[in-house]
Amino acid sequence: MAAKVIVLTSGKGGVGKTTSAAAVAAGLALRGHRTVVIDFDVGLRNLDLIMGCERRVVFDFINVINGDAKLNQALIKDKRNDSLYVFPTSQTRDKDALKRDGVERVLDELKETFDYIVCDSPAGIEHGAITALYFADVAIIVTNPEVSSVRDSDRIIGILASKSRRAERNMDPVAVHLLLTRYSPERVDRGEMLAIEDVKEILSIPMLGVIPESESVLRASNTGTPVVFDPESAAGQAYLDAVGRLLGEQREMRFLKTERRSFFRTLFGRA
Amino acid sequence: MRLLDFLFPERRNTALVARDRLKIVLAHERASRDAPDFLPALQQELLDVVGRYVEIRDDMLRVNVASAGETSLLEINVELDGANIKPVKNGAAAETKPKPRPVPIARPDPSSPPPWVKPG
Repeated sequence: MAAKVIVLTSGKGGVGKTTSAAAVAAGLALRGHRTVVIDFDVGLRNLDLIMGCERRVVFDFINVINGDAKLNQALIKDKRNDSLYVFPTSQTRDKDALKRDGVERVLDELKETFDYIVCDSPAGIEHGAITALYFADVAIIVTNPEVSSVRDSDRIIGILASKSRRAERNMDPVAVHLLLTRYSPERVDRGEMLAIEDVKEILSIPMLGVIPESESVLRASNTGTPVVFDPESAAGQAYLDAVGRLLGEQREMRFLKTERRSFFRTLFGRA
Repeated sequence: MRLLDFLFPERRNTALVARDRLKIVLAHERASRDAPDFLPALQQELLDVVGRYVEIRDDMLRVNVASAGETSLLEINVELDGANIKPVKNGAAAETKPKPRPVPIARPDPSSPPPWVKPG
């Protein structure tokens, strides 16, 4: 199987790109696929923290691009799953360090070893974000049910259709999927939050998954554990469903109904 | 009734407001997304020319490019206030003899002849 490059992008910051990149990469690894997750946010390294490997970073993406380190010196093997690797970014303030030909060379080398290359894009539509999406075969648009996030997602979808390598070379377009995060069925019922159907209709791209707003996501990032490793987390289950759909499976959407919590669960339960 | 309204205030469905606002703004942005880069400059120059003759505001002139299949359409809409055209006082239309004025024309290369000059 040819390796696939998956970018998680959104335009807007703070919608859950890194959380989702960590969860999707870990989910693919749990399904037995050799997966590497790359941090493209040069200068604002955070994927290492979310993946819980911040103390094992020696060399980074820019070191490898510049030829100062070998790929296998920079890749960090996940301690929970043998198929999962983390490729941290640099903390340099030189935003142009991410050279397109260098990135291409590194991605080509990764394609020899891995089934999936998951790229965690920085926010915005500047150099880093464009470089992250340029080589993508698949794009996961991380969106919150909120006006500014939906608008920025629409902008990024337009950029994918015109500025990606597949667009420039008139190849099959990037397969674009919507991942709706921080969804709260209760607030949708109260008419306070855009419903799934609204966002789907406005952006008109296929829905990969809906991740419910969940306390377990913050717990996961606190401890540096991708949320799919928490078997009790609804968000983790929803991410695993999304990974299944990414692999071509039919999965019913879950966690979309308002849940009636018993008094006991409200007191002692976990989200 | 007032007491009922007070006790059970009808909460506005703000999600619907969000949806409708998004639909409108995105329709507008998608239309201008694929537009050529020169459109704003073209729009400004057209505004300057029209503004020499009639009163016009910036939002009354719209320039759009649409394409369908093999055809591209450059669409220029000029909407004027009210039923009557209001000529600009002391504008170009009021002048009995229009002064020959250099018309600024955007050309890729200023040294090359304008397109209506026959070569040779």
